This record gives sequence, C-alpha cells and structure tokens, in this order.
Amino acid sequence: MSVRHSLLALLERGPMHGYGLKSEFEAATGQLWPLNDGQVYTTLTRLERDGLVEADTETDGQRSYRLTGAGRQELDAWFSRAVRRDLVPRQELAIKLIFAVRSPSADVHQVIQRQRAATMRSLQELTRLKGDGDDLAWTLTLDGLLFQGEAEVRWLDLCEARLAGAGSPGGRATPAKGHRAEAGERVREGGRR
Amino acid sequence: MSATLELQGVGRTYPTGHARVEALADVSLAVQPGELVAVMGPSGSGKSTLLAIAGGLDRASAGRVLVDGQDLGALDAHALARLRRRSIGYVFQELNLVATLTAEENVALPLELDGLRPRAAASQAGTLLGALGLRELAGRFPEELSGGEQQRVAIARAVVGERRLLLADEPTGALDSLTGETVLRLLRRQCDAGCAAVLVTHDARHAAWADRVVFLRDGRMVDQTAPADDLDGPHDPRVLT
Repeated sequence: MSVRHSLLALLERGPMHGYGLKSEFEAATGQLWPLNDGQVYTTLTRLERDGLVEADTETDGQRSYRLTGAGRQELDAWFSRAVRRDLVPRQELAIKLIFAVRSPSADVHQVIQRQRAATMRSLQELTRLKGDGDDLAWTLTLDGLLFQGEAEVRWLDLCEARLAGAGSPGGRATPAKGHRAEAGERVREGGRR
Repeated sequence: MSATLELQGVGRTYPTGHARVEALADVSLAVQPGELVAVMGPSGSGKSTLLAIAGGLDRASAGRVLVDGQDLGALDAHALARLRRRSIGYVFQELNLVATLTAEENVALPLELDGLRPRAAASQAGTLLGALGLRELAGRFPEELSGGEQQRVAIARAVVGERRLLLADEPTGALDSLTGETVLRLLRRQCDAGCAAVLVTHDARHAAWADRVVFLRDGRMVDQTAPADDLDGPHDPRVLT
C-alpha cells in the first residue's frame, strides 16, 4: 500500500497537517487500513526530504504540509502507472493447501470447506458495509475486496473439483481417506502437464 | 417464530434407465420471515432441484416440505396450485415476463389469476411498482426494458399480493455487475420488509447479500456460514484472508 502517494493525493486538495492527513486517509478508506501516527510523520519527513512536499511555518505547534511541483509530478506519474500484480504473492491459504494436500492426517476437503465458509462470511460483512452505496470511494474499495473474495471462493471450488477428479475416476467428492495424499500427488502432477 | 419455508430431510431421486440418480439427499433447511438464504454449489449439485421442490414445482421423493406450515406433500393438485399462486413468488434467470403485457400488467397478472378484478389488480401492481422505485417502468412493455429492469419487474411480480416466499434462481445471470447489484438490492429490501427468500447462485458476491449461505455438493448440504469460531489467529474484519 502506498502511504506516500496517498498522502500526496490528499495534499492535492490543499495544505494539511499530519493529524488531518491521518484522519482524512482513514475516512477515505473507511478505516480499512488504519495508519499509526509514526507512519504518517515518517512518510511526511521523507516526502519533505525528497522535495515532494513543503512544510509551512508552525502554527499552534502543528506543521502544515503542501504539495510541491515535483510532488504534483510524482502524483501524476502514480496515477498514470498500473499497479504491479505480483506473479506469485506469498499467500497463507495457498501454503496451507499445499501442505494439507501432502499431509497424511489433514482432511483437505474440510480445509477447503472451512475456508470457503470463512471467506463467504467476510464477503457478507463487506456487503453489509456497502450500505446504500452512497460513498463512492468507499464503495469502490469494498467492491475491490469483494471481487478478491469471490475469486478466492471460485478458486476453492476449483481446488475441490480437481481434488474430486483426482480422487477417483467417477469424480466422487470424497476420496477414501487412505488415498488422500495420493490424490494430492495426482492433482499436483495434473497441474504441471 | 415459525419458518416460512422448511425442508425436512428432503431427498429427490430420478430414475434414468436402470440406475437412479440422487439429485438431493437428506437436505434440511428452515428459512424464517425476513431471512435471505443463498444456496451455492457447482453445476449439478442440486441447487435448482432444491428450489423447484421448495416451490412445489417438483415433488420430493423423501422428507417433507412446508410452506407457511403447510405440508406440500399433503396437498392435492388444486390446493398446491393455490398455495403456489398465493404464497410463493419465482424469479428465474430466463426472463419470463409476458411480452404482450406492460410491466404493470405483468405484475398484476398473478393477482388477476387469483380472482382479483383487473382494475384492483392494476392499482395494487402500480402501488407496488411505485414503492419499489419502478413507477416509471409501469407502462412499458418487456422489450422496452433493459435486462436489469425486467428482472426488477419480475421481483415485483414475485412479491405482489401477500406472497411471503420468494425463490430466485440465478436472477442476475446475464446482467453486468452494477445492474446485477440493483436486482440484489431489491431482493434484499424485500427480505428486510419481511419476505423469506432463497437465492440460488454460483456467484459468491451475489450470495454475500444473504444472511446465510448454504453449500451443496452432490445433492447434499456440506456446510453453511455460521458465526466465526474457526479462524486462524485473531479475527480482524478488515483483513480478508
């Protein structure tokens, strides 16, 4: 998450002090990504060092920050670039599934089902948070999280279907217990072809 | 509070040649007034069969189905038809508005079939369309409506009168995400107003509008969402995975 660019974007609308930036950031993101004070002030210090923001003289013990020309250019450049999607992000769930498939004791179907229900619950919570959809920026953020959750559910469905196919030619949903590790091996090999 | 819809150990088998296909096995589910339940599962998992049996369009081979406390299996054909007409509304992926009737006339149709005079039926349909924010569509024919508008009219038709059970099978099937959301919001609102509804979908984002999500696999209920008690580490609702 780019705190740096988010702060530049907030300063685009006019000078603000550190605390105001923190609360505006959290209001804009519906407090999905809470910032600590240290994060805000460290980032502001670096932005100032890099000439992207300027601090005005202190009033009431607070420094007010404003965007510089270079800061504006950096912000424009940020908006003009696509976000890099990591090819292989470190993913807790993928790691758990890899080891569940190989484990002689884990019930992979249970792992998948439990996760699907949990992810579904997150999706229900996010949908409730949407409310009437009046706050556009907030709604867009939630939509993004909803699509990610939906993708995870679809992936889990596919994992389950592949596992069932690997378990027996008839495609039963529950392979016999002793064959579970073997089924996992076949899923893995199938995936490489 | 008694459930609007109750499935008790419901099974459905179809004979195919020498073998029998078990489309549903031992499914139990209660849907309360005001509750929206989503049913998810892959193709062939029994979702649509469950909905057809819940709506009295198909008969269970085993178990009982109760709508408003009435056992569908104990009703004769006439009584079942009356219950379907009066208590149950259906919304399917296939748009099934009558092409030669306006939106308002489509919504009024179930009331007229149930014996209400055309003028009274039209007035009630118009009032409902207004309450659902669809007043401007009242005079239009289905071909003059977008897909999303047609589905919203179909939901109005499904809830008109005193019908308190709404059964929806992939009602957002061919719609884009935003239009689909308007349909789901309307469905959600009907439940918040007291309807009980079952939504069959394969889309997790759509199912997320429900109070509860049940998962079907090979005709069996394998899981359902319940309060979180099985999560790794502390549960932070701001973190999805």
